[in-house]
Amino acid sequence: MHPSRTSLRWAVSDILTLARRNLMALVRIPTSLVFAMIQPVMFVLLFRYVFGGVIKVPGLNYVNFLIPGILVQTTIFGAVGTAIGLAEDLQRGLIERFKALPMARMAVLGGRTLADTARNLMILVIITGVGMLVGFRPHSFFPYLQASLVMLTFAYCLSWGFAYVGLAAPNSETAQAMTFPLIFPLTFASNIFVPTAGMPWWLRGFVTNQPVSQTAEAVRGLMLGQPHGQSTYISLAWAIGLVALLAPLAVRRFRKAA
Amino acid sequence: MSLYAVEATNIVRTFGDDNFRALDNVTLRVPMGEVFGLLGPNGSGKTTMIRILSTVLSPTEGVATVAGFDVVKHPDDVRVNIGLAGQFAAVDDNLTGFENLRMVGLLNHMDKARVVRRARELLEEFGIADFGNRLARTYSGGMRRRLDLAAALVANPPILFLDEPTTGLDPQSRQDLWNIIESLVEGGTTVLLTTQYLEEADRLCKQLVVLDHGKIIAEGTSAELKSQLGNTVLVLTFATTSESEKAVSLIADLSTKPANHEGLVVELTVDNGPAAAADALRRIDGAHLVLTGLQLREPSLDDVFLSLTGHKAEEPAVLDGAPQGRRSRRKVQA
Repeated sequence: MHPSRTSLRWAVSDILTLARRNLMALVRIPTSLVFAMIQPVMFVLLFRYVFGGVIKVPGLNYVNFLIPGILVQTTIFGAVGTAIGLAEDLQRGLIERFKALPMARMAVLGGRTLADTARNLMILVIITGVGMLVGFRPHSFFPYLQASLVMLTFAYCLSWGFAYVGLAAPNSETAQAMTFPLIFPLTFASNIFVPTAGMPWWLRGFVTNQPVSQTAEAVRGLMLGQPHGQSTYISLAWAIGLVALLAPLAVRRFRKAA
Repeated sequence: MSLYAVEATNIVRTFGDDNFRALDNVTLRVPMGEVFGLLGPNGSGKTTMIRILSTVLSPTEGVATVAGFDVVKHPDDVRVNIGLAGQFAAVDDNLTGFENLRMVGLLNHMDKARVVRRARELLEEFGIADFGNRLARTYSGGMRRRLDLAAALVANPPILFLDEPTTGLDPQSRQDLWNIIESLVEGGTTVLLTTQYLEEADRLCKQLVVLDHGKIIAEGTSAELKSQLGNTVLVLTFATTSESEKAVSLIADLSTKPANHEGLVVELTVDNGPAAAADALRRIDGAHLVLTGLQLREPSLDDVFLSLTGHKAEEPAVLDGAPQGRRSRRKVQA
């Protein structure tokens, strides 16, 4: 076989080996998945029943507005797991071990981000179920899948930035703390929980155009069968732009890390 | 291939903006099939050297070849020839012992059936077969270290790098690991190991270099270094001063340096501790003198460093132990 094809085959095999290893952690510590679920479920209950009564969305039942937003928020929070996982591997000397093996250089990051996407998919399915229990009704199945793809793609691309954070942090606790100032403005200064109409003009400009809002707009539009402008393409463009910028940074950081 | 498993020439490695020199012009040659030791305290550059030779870090200056391949230009050729067991047992706690070994085998691009066979074989060999299906997080410190070493051996590498393989282990586990390393070398493996313990270097290593602040400050065989670094001291304590005085005249000739006599205590500097002790005891017993204490004091790493550098083998506490320490050191260097 041609050497580059052989090495591509091995790269895929290495990524799958490591993705599988990362997913085993979910099987071995099932409570971690439960804990990952607590926060989004709390948000669902909080906004559905506590704040939801006073949030008015023209022409929409609030629960249908809320759940697509919560799904986007949850998948983005999932990227924090990428940072924590890599920081832990680094701390425990596993990255050092991997770097001394004749495996594909990008497999550690590729396997980690792939496993985190799979984990995100599980969480997405479960939170959709929770949403449906509290009254969420997606418009139809196929657009729901499209919407899922859009948000998983966005979260995947963003997770490369979190991979960088994980490799740069001195330990997993700090890695987690470092992600917070990145995640917080992106998910809360957004249209995830409330429509932008009530925000002051200076905030509205940022909120409307920032990538998470565009992603939420696309996901919501697809799930509810409503017009959502160019937001799907804008979200995907952001995703590609982010990964093009962040992946090389993460890879460079990986080469230096030990 | 060259006669040397590892050849490193004028290796320099700096860290951070202030160009902290973790390694400063280190040159060493490790002959095939031998155990070679890097001896030094925390922060002396041992781990950095191992990381450069195992392609984990790149050198700032200098050239290194492992198994005849340049570590910078042909890292993948180096990687198929080496096994690395780092300072802290790098095993995945959420996998079983068997799964840990299988993962490393697959990442070594070994055939699946062979990986399974090899993993079973290693678990058996290292006395953890009964725990092969238990999660690594349930393992004791000694078992983790053995699993870590097994992981480094999955692909049968001809060259093995061990970074402080026995630090933090109890005496029995340390002994077990030494036996494993010795049997590997009998099987033809070349081992480069780092240690803080003179005793370990003495027991395992044919040749040694002593590192301090990134520089080689001494090298040679263990025996050469020991004679250079101070000897074993035999300390005998007697019941009365008159007895200790009589004893000095009986046994002073066993000492390679003038015997040290103070009150009840006689100190002799000797080459072969046990033999000298036995000889001294026979003479003392023959003269019916009463001995109240006997001690053999081996030169410690501190003695070595004191005699070589005039300072003790100590580094700030922040550089010690626990996985946290490794990362702290990165920060110190950065």
